[in-house]
This record gives sequence, structure tokens and C-alpha cells, in this order.
Amino acid sequence: MAEPEVLIEARGVRKHFRGAEAPALDGVDIIVEAGRICALLGTNGAGKTTMIRILTTLLTPDEGQVKVAGYDIATHPGQVRASIGLVGQYAALDEILTGRQNLELFSKLAGMRRAEARRHAARLLETAGLGEVGDRVVSKLSGGLRRRMDLATSLITTPRVLFVDEPTTGVDPHARRDLWARLREMADQGVAILLTTQYLEEADALADDVVILKAGSVIARGTTADLKQLVGEPKWELREPTLEDVYLHLHATSEEVISR
Amino acid sequence: MSATTPPIGTTFGSTSLFREALVIAGRTLLHWRAQPGLIAVNLLFPVMILLMMGGLFGGAVAGSTGDYFVYVLPGVLALNMMFGIEATMTALASDANKTVTDRFRSLPISGGAVLLGRVLADLLTSVVELVALSCAGFLLGWRWENGILPALAAYALLLTLRFSMLWLGVFIGIRAGKPEALMGVQILVWPIGFLSTVFIDPRTMPTFLGWIAELNPISAVATSARELFSGRQIEGVSWAATHALPYALISQAVLVAVFAALGVRAYRRLGQ
Repeated sequence: MAEPEVLIEARGVRKHFRGAEAPALDGVDIIVEAGRICALLGTNGAGKTTMIRILTTLLTPDEGQVKVAGYDIATHPGQVRASIGLVGQYAALDEILTGRQNLELFSKLAGMRRAEARRHAARLLETAGLGEVGDRVVSKLSGGLRRRMDLATSLITTPRVLFVDEPTTGVDPHARRDLWARLREMADQGVAILLTTQYLEEADALADDVVILKAGSVIARGTTADLKQLVGEPKWELREPTLEDVYLHLHATSEEVISR
Repeated sequence: MSATTPPIGTTFGSTSLFREALVIAGRTLLHWRAQPGLIAVNLLFPVMILLMMGGLFGGAVAGSTGDYFVYVLPGVLALNMMFGIEATMTALASDANKTVTDRFRSLPISGGAVLLGRVLADLLTSVVELVALSCAGFLLGWRWENGILPALAAYALLLTLRFSMLWLGVFIGIRAGKPEALMGVQILVWPIGFLSTVFIDPRTMPTFLGWIAELNPISAVATSARELFSGRQIEGVSWAATHALPYALISQAVLVAVFAALGVRAYRRLGQ
């Protein structure tokens, strides 16, 4: 059986912002294979967003080797950008325009001609179930619809790798489930997804692999099942440990647990 | 995904810096369509300044309102080009704040396209503003006394002022990162615009103040535009006024050289 393709490969990534006392990232390794969802967990300031910004070429690391979709971010940033989609913490849309106009604008920037961009935008709206609200101005959309529109915009380039930074913050439970289903569907089609979240329930429901960051360093990594086993001693007699139990346990002890 | 969706990893047609910049500039046209009221206000504001200054102070300053309109209009055109900095700053700060800039920067497009697109859009806006203000001037009795070619040269000079201010706006807008942070700069734009020869002949000012007003690059453009539109030499108290055209071109070249470099650098280093 062929080895699964590694689409995100970061080794020894270090980033120290000017004026900061401690590095934001201190030798972080992350590997994500095609078709898998990896959740990057950590408290505010743990380095999750910094890692996403480095992987999406928005930020330059001080040290480390980073390859995305097989391309080095330092030497081939253009090819990396052509292979990725980014859903940031805030919907990165032009709020004065409609969702459809946003999709057409970014499709044209991705290299499509006007007619092709129009068709592509319609297709993305239909796929995302946003056809009915596509002609509404973005500023008039609810938080959940805006996130879905943002996700649709990030799929304009049909990415092989998708970065999702806290996708469901401020989103109602129904919209959250919709978004999860959409991400799982994409992973099943072979897209590698790296998502950051503060909702452990989200990581538990969605992620195949989990990396836990604390103060810029990895304190644990593995599949959710592996991690639960590692700390699943008699502490949780009445029920199976949740990822929240694992997270709180590891965060308190800061043990370096490498299970994969 | 539906069956018609392109497969994962599909790449689309190649594109060029200029085409990308045109697409980004086209976004501003979509904004115009979405907010026609805002555009109308932007076009009417300088006309209102012209009417207000000419109507209220024209008689006192120049003896007659009509004469003052003729004097002040090239100055208001120049002032309007300077005030355009606010639109540039706000657009860039707003995009950065709403992470639209991150979206642009994570796309496989040239980094220069975003800034070039902004430059093209703002210059196009400025052309429309110049046309609107000139039409108002014609209605008030102002004329191109020196012929068409010098008048076109004056408009080109006015646009170079907008071009240099644009790069200053690019730099400040990117560094500000959010529209609220621009408040201080927006307040400063007014005294800088007024401490010039836009509204008043510098020879009527205290010598020191007249000298400072003439050093203002907006004054050099206003004076040169007056000369080009009217065909008459405008007198001044300093070298900057007696050599208004070369001083205007030199000062703007310096502004562009410094702030285009700083603006591009700031854009590349966003979030570092």
C-alpha cells in the first residue's frame, strides 16, 4: 500500500517577535497527511495562529523547514499559495460587496476570466448551500453565514491543503455542525486540513490527529484515541475520557508525549 | 461537492501583475455601485468647500467673489488631491483590520498587485473628482485662459500630487492597521492643507508664515496649476514659490521615492 502523501511538513519552526520576552514558537514540528484533519490546540497565546500564518506564507519563520503541498514556503511561496485555502479567525471578505461579488473577485484573481469566474462563484455558492444568500451584502449576513461564505471563498483555488483558524468562534451550534460536515467531506476527498480551535468538543468530533501547544512548544501529539489512552487511567471510571480531560491533564503536567 | 466542481488541486489560467491590479482596482468600481450616495458626497464635498470659501471670504480676500473663485479653484483642486490621502489610508487600514489583506496575501498573486490596484483605483477616483470640481468651476466663471494643453498639463501635475500623497497614504494605512488608529493623521490633514497658498496669497501673511506656506508641496502644485491655467506668473516670497513647478516635481519625486519604498516594505512585512 502506498504511503499517504504528507501535505504539511513543518520541522523545528521557531518565531520570536521583536520586543516579546519569549518566542511565539519554539521548535514546533507538525506533520499532516492527505485526507486527515489535524487540530492544533492551545490557550490564547500558545502560538496557534502564528503557526497558521507561517504555513500560509503570511509570516516568515526565524528558523525551521516548512513544506506545504510539497513546496518549501521560503523558496516557492507562489506554489504554496496556489495549493492552499485559508479560513482565518475573522471572515476575510469585502463587506461592502455581496458574497457572489466576493467570490467572483477572488476567482478572477485566481486567474479565471470573467465568465469562468461567474460560473465558478455560482458553483461554489451552490455547493456551500449559499445560493439564496449569494446576492446579499456580506455585512448583512449572520455570523454563521459569513463563516460559510468565507470557507467558500477559501475554496476558490480548489486547495489541496486547508488552514482553518478557529472556524466556529461565535457561530451557532447548527452552523457549527454544518461547517464540521463540510470540513469532513473535504478531508474525505483528500484535502489535508489543519485547524486551530479552542473548542475541545470540536477537535474531538472532527480531528484525526491532535497537536497540543503550550507557550510555543508542543506538549503532546497523537490521534485523539491515542491521547485518550495515554491518560485514560482509572481517573475516569464512570465514562470514557474526553479530549477535554486529556487536554487539561496534559496542560497541567506539560509532559512531552509523542505517541505517533 | 457537486460533480461539476473542479477536482482538488486544479490550477486556473495564469495571470499578470497588471491584470491582477486591474481586478483589484475594479473592486473600487463595485464599491461605487454599491454605495452611490457615498460617491456623491465625496464629489460634492470639494464643491461645497469651493462655494463656501468663495462665497464667504471671496469678497473680503479678493475684492469680489468672482475673482476669488478664479484664484482659489486651482488651489481647491490641489487641496482635493491632498485630501485623497484619507481614502487611501482608510481603505488599506480597513482591509488590514478585516483581514482582507491576509486573503490577498495568501493568494497566488503578485504582492505588488494589491498596492498597484489601490493606486489605479485612487487615481481613477481623483480624475472623476477633478472633472466634477472643474465643472463646478466652469459654472462659477472659471476658465482655462491659457488654452487646452497647459490646462491638461495642470491636471497632470495635480494627479502627480495625488500620486505622491497616495504612497504616503499607503504607508500610513498599512502601519495603522485599523481605521481608528488614523484619527490623529486625519486631524492633521486639515492644518497641513490650510497652511499653504491654497486659499490666501502668501504675501498677505506674516513673512515667516508665508515662507512656510510656500514650502508646502501643495502650495507649489496650486501655484503651478494657477500659472498653467491662467498663463500668468504668480509672485511669491521664496524660491519655492518663484520656482513652483520644479519645486513641485522635486518634492513629489522625493515623497514617492521615500513612501513607495516604505509602503511596499510595510506591506511585505505585515504582521512580522
